[in-house]
Amino acid sequence: MDAGTTKKQILSEEDIQRAIARIAHEILERNAGVEDLVLVGIQRRGVPLAGRIRAKVAEIEGIHVPMGVLDITYYRDDLSTISGNTLPVVHETAVRFPIDGKVVVLVDDVLYTGRTIRAALDALMDIGRPKKIQLAALVDRGLRELPIQADFVGKDLPTSCRETVSVCLREIDNKDEVVLSMGQQRQARNQPIDT
Amino acid sequence: MDLKPKPWQHKDLLGIEQLSAHDIAQIFQAAVSMKEILERPIKKLPTLRGKSVGMLFYEASTRTRVSFETAAKTLGADVGAFAVNTSSVSKGESLLDTAKTLDAMKFDLIVIRHASSGAAAFLADNLSAGVINAGDGQHEHPTQALLDAFTLCERFGPGAPSETVPGTGTKTDYTKTVPDKLLAGRKIVIVGDILHSRVARSNALCLRRLGADVTFVGPPTLLPPEMACWDVTISHDLDAVLQGADAVMALRLQLERQKSGLFPSVQEYAKLYGLTVGRLKQTCRETLLLHPGPMNRGVEIDSELADSFSSVVEEQVTNGVAVRMALIYLLIGGGFNS
Repeated sequence: MDAGTTKKQILSEEDIQRAIARIAHEILERNAGVEDLVLVGIQRRGVPLAGRIRAKVAEIEGIHVPMGVLDITYYRDDLSTISGNTLPVVHETAVRFPIDGKVVVLVDDVLYTGRTIRAALDALMDIGRPKKIQLAALVDRGLRELPIQADFVGKDLPTSCRETVSVCLREIDNKDEVVLSMGQQRQARNQPIDT
Repeated sequence: MDLKPKPWQHKDLLGIEQLSAHDIAQIFQAAVSMKEILERPIKKLPTLRGKSVGMLFYEASTRTRVSFETAAKTLGADVGAFAVNTSSVSKGESLLDTAKTLDAMKFDLIVIRHASSGAAAFLADNLSAGVINAGDGQHEHPTQALLDAFTLCERFGPGAPSETVPGTGTKTDYTKTVPDKLLAGRKIVIVGDILHSRVARSNALCLRRLGADVTFVGPPTLLPPEMACWDVTISHDLDAVLQGADAVMALRLQLERQKSGLFPSVQEYAKLYGLTVGRLKQTCRETLLLHPGPMNRGVEIDSELADSFSSVVEEQVTNGVAVRMALIYLLIGGGFNS
């Protein structure tokens, strides 16, 4: 779209399907089944991803595990640096089951600086006291600014901060793909959401 | 149609008059998530850590002040309350001097209630902090109107439950609605002392912005014909306008108005304009009953009705905190005012 950018598809629709299937298997393997397992998708693209992992888990184990959605906006550490008229749009938070003593698998599309996950951890702690929290991400693009790592990764993708990783999902973007664009950078800081 | 939110542009909330339907929808979108937070075991956010909100109440008010305080504290802000009768205002300090003092204390946001119309606007002109009007004279009480409209949108608005993602999708997503049609075709009747009511004014503006039809009802002394300029229907006969009403809002009757001769007796007022279970049946549909509180049971509202299923009075109180949280977040959540 933008002049001067080169784009490269990193994951196709089939790749995404395979990655989700593998993550579902790994979650079950690590936790020896679905007991106490709950999924929480981070708004926005973590939500459909969590839904797909949940469907895959149900396919394998025959049980639909509880699933919630989390909006981390109110827990961001950069709110006061965002100009008031570009405040992010807040989406719904709905975790309609107790998470005390549960194994919560947080699901997000891209793991980058780790700041979104830091905020998500704080948000979860305000909702309850899980036994464990694990993290699943479709893409880990590196460049962490906080000591956070994923437990389940769809695709390891070393990037530079000048690049942009765009995850498109059918439920939100009408197609499934992950694209890496070089050169021209999105206005990273004031982008409404997604880190 | 492009429903992408335009940015929030306001430093202050002085009245509904300055808000577009889109602004209102943006407040409601944030209020939905704020309401979820109020249902959590730990009702505290770090969002406004390090920000401060000053409460400047020149008129007696407990519920509005406590509602604002709860909202600010839940968001993690610090609250300074100035009860006017125990502060230097009672020693004769002018509003401007009080304002300058508050600015010097580096408040990020001031919530003011004052008996003079325009007091909030005056403060906003003279302060670098943001200002929320919590009621100024007979002018506006915007947060009350917003919480009333939010309560109505929850019941009547679009966003029918969908279960595409388990456990979600039951709340209206205001980013996906047409703001000025949120209450399209809904008939809202507001009954009482319209003349002196800032709640009625703000509500008329707000409900009309969202597409509702509004009818004002009250005795001729408390509802002059000029008030039709608010783009509302005017009537002095409550029974004649109830048919088809989706919601009826009773305003609190200031009993001291009777002493100034604006209506003959409280009993007569209750007979002509008091809401009862029997009277509400005339709407021929399920009708919501709203009241900004505090209620005069047996005057503008019958006790049986106040405690009935039609009554959303308690829901209004909860929504009041959620809507005020949303507003405070939008006004000082970012770096706009600092």
